Amino acid sequence: MTSWKQPDVPTENLVEINNLTFAYGKRAILKGINMVMPRGKVVAVMGLSGCGKTTTLRLIGGSLKPTAGSVKVAGHEVAELDREGLYRLRRKMGMLFQFGALFTDLSVFENVAFQMREQTDLPESVVRDLVLMKLDAVGLRGAHSLMPSELSGGMARRVALARAVALDPMLIMYDEPFAGLDPISLSVIGNLIRRLNDALGATSIVVTHDIQESLKIVDYVYFMSDGVVVAEGTAEEIKASTLPYVHQFVWGEIDGPVSFHYPRAPYSQDLRLEAGHAA
Amino acid sequence: MPHRKVGVGFSNVGRAVVDGVWRMGFATRFFVMTLLGSGDSFRRFGLTIREIYFSGVLSLIIILVSGLFVGMVLGLQGYETLQKYGSESALGTLVALSLVRELGPVLAALLFASRAGSAITAEIGLMKATEQLAAMEMMAVDPISRVVAPRFWAGVISMPLLAAMFSAVGVFGGYLVGVVFIGVDAGSFWSQMQAAVDFRQDIVSGVIKSVVFGIAVTAIALFEGYDAPPTAEGVSHATTRTVVTSALAVLGLDFILTAFMFRGI
Amino acid sequence: MERTTLDLWVGVFVVMGLVALAVLGFKVGNLGTYDSSNTYTLYGEFDNIGGLKIKAPVKSSGVVVGRVSEINFDSKKFVAHVEVRLDGRYQFPKDTSAAILTSGLLGEQYIGLEAGGDPVNLKGGDKFKLTQSAVVLENLIGQMIYGKAAEGEDKAAKQTK
Repeated sequence: MTSWKQPDVPTENLVEINNLTFAYGKRAILKGINMVMPRGKVVAVMGLSGCGKTTTLRLIGGSLKPTAGSVKVAGHEVAELDREGLYRLRRKMGMLFQFGALFTDLSVFENVAFQMREQTDLPESVVRDLVLMKLDAVGLRGAHSLMPSELSGGMARRVALARAVALDPMLIMYDEPFAGLDPISLSVIGNLIRRLNDALGATSIVVTHDIQESLKIVDYVYFMSDGVVVAEGTAEEIKASTLPYVHQFVWGEIDGPVSFHYPRAPYSQDLRLEAGHAA
Repeated sequence: MPHRKVGVGFSNVGRAVVDGVWRMGFATRFFVMTLLGSGDSFRRFGLTIREIYFSGVLSLIIILVSGLFVGMVLGLQGYETLQKYGSESALGTLVALSLVRELGPVLAALLFASRAGSAITAEIGLMKATEQLAAMEMMAVDPISRVVAPRFWAGVISMPLLAAMFSAVGVFGGYLVGVVFIGVDAGSFWSQMQAAVDFRQDIVSGVIKSVVFGIAVTAIALFEGYDAPPTAEGVSHATTRTVVTSALAVLGLDFILTAFMFRGI
Repeated sequence: MERTTLDLWVGVFVVMGLVALAVLGFKVGNLGTYDSSNTYTLYGEFDNIGGLKIKAPVKSSGVVVGRVSEINFDSKKFVAHVEVRLDGRYQFPKDTSAAILTSGLLGEQYIGLEAGGDPVNLKGGDKFKLTQSAVVLENLIGQMIYGKAAEGEDKAAKQTK
């Protein structure tokens, strides 16, 4: 087990994934993927539901251990960190969960202050200032005393964002940040992801299937299908790609490599025309 | 072919048994982790106090009202039978011993499981379904220490207090019906009771029982919530399972404890 | 941390629980009268203890003066060896008798002490000289039947004279 006492390796790539494989018993989720997330960049991981995007995030965050292959964050092999090492790594990572995952029994203020209070010994006055600053960055400083149940979807997502960046992490991960939002909120969140990343000098990984918003803000894209990376490139390269799967995804085509029809028997058989009876 | 169906039936049962054993192993590990992660429940006692409020204080009404009714029924039924043998004066003994030894700990535990246990299961299950527990883990805060353990200790602390209150109110209920309404002699009601109810044998045994029940019921509620599938259906099934499993556990443990404690008498 | 109303309610709850426990202990149970410090032990041998149990009361003149502490079988003399622990406040003469009596109809059995006249008192470890075993219902019925049968024979004998 490597301990955190070994210093961060100043690598150009904050996250390096090599031949990462993961399986639940016999079911293989990831079949040997390779990715790099360079420092300071916003990288998108796209694909259909079930292709392994969220699993990849979990492996980076250390919630899961790979079956084979390696995941390195700041030069440290995540799966080999001891408890203390994983604990310290997570202090430098922030994650925005799908639909926010705010603590429903705490107010907006307390949600954002949570990590500060648990992880640091900062005096309350400092915590208060920091929380209000983070909330201001996402435009919700005035809402600090509301409870999560009183927030709209977009507002909850923004609070969760403020909570994710509460301790100025070096790596921010977003799990479907655009899911279910109205057009204005979509734009706001996309904007915030980019601005916060640049302001904090952090690296961001965005797992999504929203083409429009993400291609506006990301530097690099990885396309996954069925546990493997099928395509990668900058936003422009992806838009111009001629690979059938990527093309269908980017342009939202109804039929293509991802077939419209669920596997089925021939139509005539289902309608019983073969037997020669009148329909 | 019928024999094939029987074969499938057997393998289903077998799978269910293996699954059950697996689950029990996981539950045991979960219980041990809860105990190990209990440091914060005491270092930051405010967390536990909050949970005592939600589990214990909010269960007060149902416990007190039920205790009163049970005591009153004991008074009625007890009088009914005892007066046939001319032993109405033993009513106090009957009511007190029934409550303190058995009905107090057992019924209070069953009521607690229904009210507080199911609430705990639903809460934890929901926190898991909405990824709040995962979020906490990602923020390097151990959800077991922060969320599970305080609820456990709150349950263990609340249970004996609730059982004692149930028994006390029940005795009062028996007094109300027996002495005030029916007219059994107050003096013999209390004096025979005091002669028959031994602190060490009866009351302390009752307290021990309620502590054991508290551990069982709270642990079951927490585990079912933690292990629930993260869907609405999953959480609702888990809640039902909590109440059913708690009831069986309480009654089973009651038999075992009673056999141990009251063997000589 | 600040104090909240939550803390108040929890405090009330805990106090109520402890009060309930105290009420159960003192009013319902016998915690107050439990004097386990100043006691001395005596023993007695009985042919038949009937339904006597450990912790049964030992009474004299109807007042509880102690409890049965141990019941054993003496395999040499083939009698029951019963030990009682008496409250140190009460002393009894050496010729006090111990009988196993039944209280009330539902019959919890206890030991009744009948004080004798000896000026010297029993001290710890002494034995009761006079004991009376429990009344066994079957023997009583047997005696009654035997008595009736004997009466009948006498009558028949008288008539045939």
